[in-house]
Amino acid sequence: METKSIMIVGVGGQGSLLASRLLGSVLLDSGFDVKVSEVHGMSQRGGSVVTYVKYGDKVYSPIIEKGEADIVVSFEMLEAARSLPYLKKGGLLVTSTQQIDPMPVITGAAAYPEDLAEKIKAAGADIVTADALSLAEQAGSAKASNVVLMGVLSKYMDFSAELWQNALEKCVPAKFLEMNKTAFRLGAEL
Amino acid sequence: MKKLMLGNEAFARGLYEAGCKLVSSYPGTPSTEITEEVAKYDEVYAEWAPNEKVAMEAALGASIAGARSFCGMKHVGLNVAADPLYTAAYTGVNGGMVIAVADDQGMHSSQNEQDSRHHAIASKVPMLEPSDSAECRDFVKLAYDISEQFDTPVIVRMSTRVAHSQSIVDTEERVELELKEYTKNPRKYVMMPAFAKGRHVFVEERTKKLAEYAETSALNRIENSESKELGIITNGAAYQYVKEALGDSAAVLKLGMVNPLPEKLIHDFCAEYERIIVVEELDGIIESHCRNIGVTNVEGKSIFGNIGEISSAQIRKAVLGTENESTVLEEEIPVRPPVMCAGCPHRGLFYCLKKLDITVSGDIGCYTLGAAAPLNAVDTTICMGASISALHGFNKVRGSESEHKTVAVIGDSTFMHSGMTGLVNIAYNNSNSTVIILDNSITGMTGHQQNPTTGKNLKGDPAAAVDLEQLCRAIGIKRVRVVDPYKLAETEAAIKEELTADEASVIISRRPCALLKYVKHNPPFKVDADKCVGCKQCMKLGCPAISIKEGKAVIDHTQCVGCGICMEQCRLGAINE
Repeated sequence: METKSIMIVGVGGQGSLLASRLLGSVLLDSGFDVKVSEVHGMSQRGGSVVTYVKYGDKVYSPIIEKGEADIVVSFEMLEAARSLPYLKKGGLLVTSTQQIDPMPVITGAAAYPEDLAEKIKAAGADIVTADALSLAEQAGSAKASNVVLMGVLSKYMDFSAELWQNALEKCVPAKFLEMNKTAFRLGAEL
Repeated sequence: MKKLMLGNEAFARGLYEAGCKLVSSYPGTPSTEITEEVAKYDEVYAEWAPNEKVAMEAALGASIAGARSFCGMKHVGLNVAADPLYTAAYTGVNGGMVIAVADDQGMHSSQNEQDSRHHAIASKVPMLEPSDSAECRDFVKLAYDISEQFDTPVIVRMSTRVAHSQSIVDTEERVELELKEYTKNPRKYVMMPAFAKGRHVFVEERTKKLAEYAETSALNRIENSESKELGIITNGAAYQYVKEALGDSAAVLKLGMVNPLPEKLIHDFCAEYERIIVVEELDGIIESHCRNIGVTNVEGKSIFGNIGEISSAQIRKAVLGTENESTVLEEEIPVRPPVMCAGCPHRGLFYCLKKLDITVSGDIGCYTLGAAAPLNAVDTTICMGASISALHGFNKVRGSESEHKTVAVIGDSTFMHSGMTGLVNIAYNNSNSTVIILDNSITGMTGHQQNPTTGKNLKGDPAAAVDLEQLCRAIGIKRVRVVDPYKLAETEAAIKEELTADEASVIISRRPCALLKYVKHNPPFKVDADKCVGCKQCMKLGCPAISIKEGKAVIDHTQCVGCGICMEQCRLGAINE
């Protein structure tokens, strides 16, 4: 199989590491060669965070270049817009509608662009939006937005519910497992 | 068993399987997880040392004592540990000794982009470089064999992409090794001139033998030799980018041993192909070697330059002339630089420094972010510990006026690493400088590692805690005081007072990192929209939880941890619990 590329983008602290590990676990259990590239250190501190997940028969580079992502999953609207050049022509963008102001917007040096979802659609991308934050809060914690979005993503990938459940059990600490299972279900049922 | 592992985790697995007995490291992105992961194996003794020099000396001591040992650090950490490295190269080892150095191509989390291969060449120590997680595990085990066979420490060079990418790794059981016999041997271990002269001869002979080993070692391999036009020579992460871009269309010489480099292997490879391209990140070390051994049909740095990471897209464009199509959005997207977290105890302190218009000699840690807008409070950031020593020099030449309006800021872990000696210099050589220790009870930036001030060791067990106040007094600083940076008025008053004083002083700004699990957060604060006039005074704090919506301040309840500095600083009383 040709290598598939999924890019997960968001703001440092939104939980992209867990999301990529869930996805990595599903792909490994499905028998693929998998590479997941993470971001640690300074850029985690509230900056733009990008995680790459690639799978297929044989994966070489862990990095996704412009125009290579089959799917982009975004935890935040501005980051969705920023990631657009990485999306393959005809690729799918799954994004949370949450907006987090970056520091230049907070200080007034820049404005948060309006109507990004419409503009992304107009640029020719296939876009799915979800109010992941509300669903996460409904599940029990705003922090579970990442897992809600993995639930949404699962609808566009061909892996069984059981594989995803196994991944959750492997990657999520026991005391948060039920809450995250709910978050995943709310995303998947959207 | 097949597992998905970070390069660093696989490295740790290699240490475990190879029977490593002692690990001593100092955290530094992207090397930190090697030591965190290996600490999970009970069979391996693992510790955080106060700095990389101490870590390397501990590892060398364990090696001399007969155990397989390890120390890990980032590229700039190897500068700190360069002193023991260059002489460990002479003493060689008893039990095998492996050193990890993680370069940060692209400077994702570093203050410079140095290429650590130069240290391997200069110290005459062999260096291996894996390209994925499976190789991390394999190369570590091989590094121990090389170390013991050739009587040398071995460096394994990591990079951000190899360290922080997960790929599939097969694991094996640990081999438990007995300590090798220790016998007193001053000619090998006492490096005074008479004995060191002998060891230098040994080192030169060893390098020749290692170069011979490199000619035939499986670490260096050729792929797709049947392609006839283009030959690529590559190493580390760049190998993956080459394969991604060119697949099996070019012949590839993959160098897993990057010091010493083989001569005949490279020469013969280059003779086979019309065009040779060296794809190596940062400096053109392999390319220069090719030219030195008489290869003329070689290119590399003229295509890729020596700054930042190389990408598969760059290789594709340079070799095949093709580029990917991508979706374009005609929209200005504001940048999102990293920021101090909501509730970060450093924020209050930097706010006061900015308000008082103080010149700030900065250091390495989360608080480097105090340099960013809107606080813009930091004047210099150089290397670990430089805040204090550089402030001393700054004040010595600019005199008393400067002494009353400059401070150094340094974190607790960085102070223990190499800030203490700078403070000794201030006391001993009598500059009236003011040092602020930002004690957030953890090593923050690298992801919460314990350090000698926290009272816990790497495994989380209770440990001796350095008493910072007593330490500063023992060094000779008479004015030592503690402030809570969540209390802006108190903090500002303390800074003013210590700057006015006519002797050196230390202010310890103490409040645990807001991300620590044991830190209890207050409920989020709210803005009373009737009282808020949109003066934007609170925006000067640069808190990511506060923004202006329709002319009024708004606090994001998902981010606010209730630190309260915005409330203290709002003159209209519009921000409340």
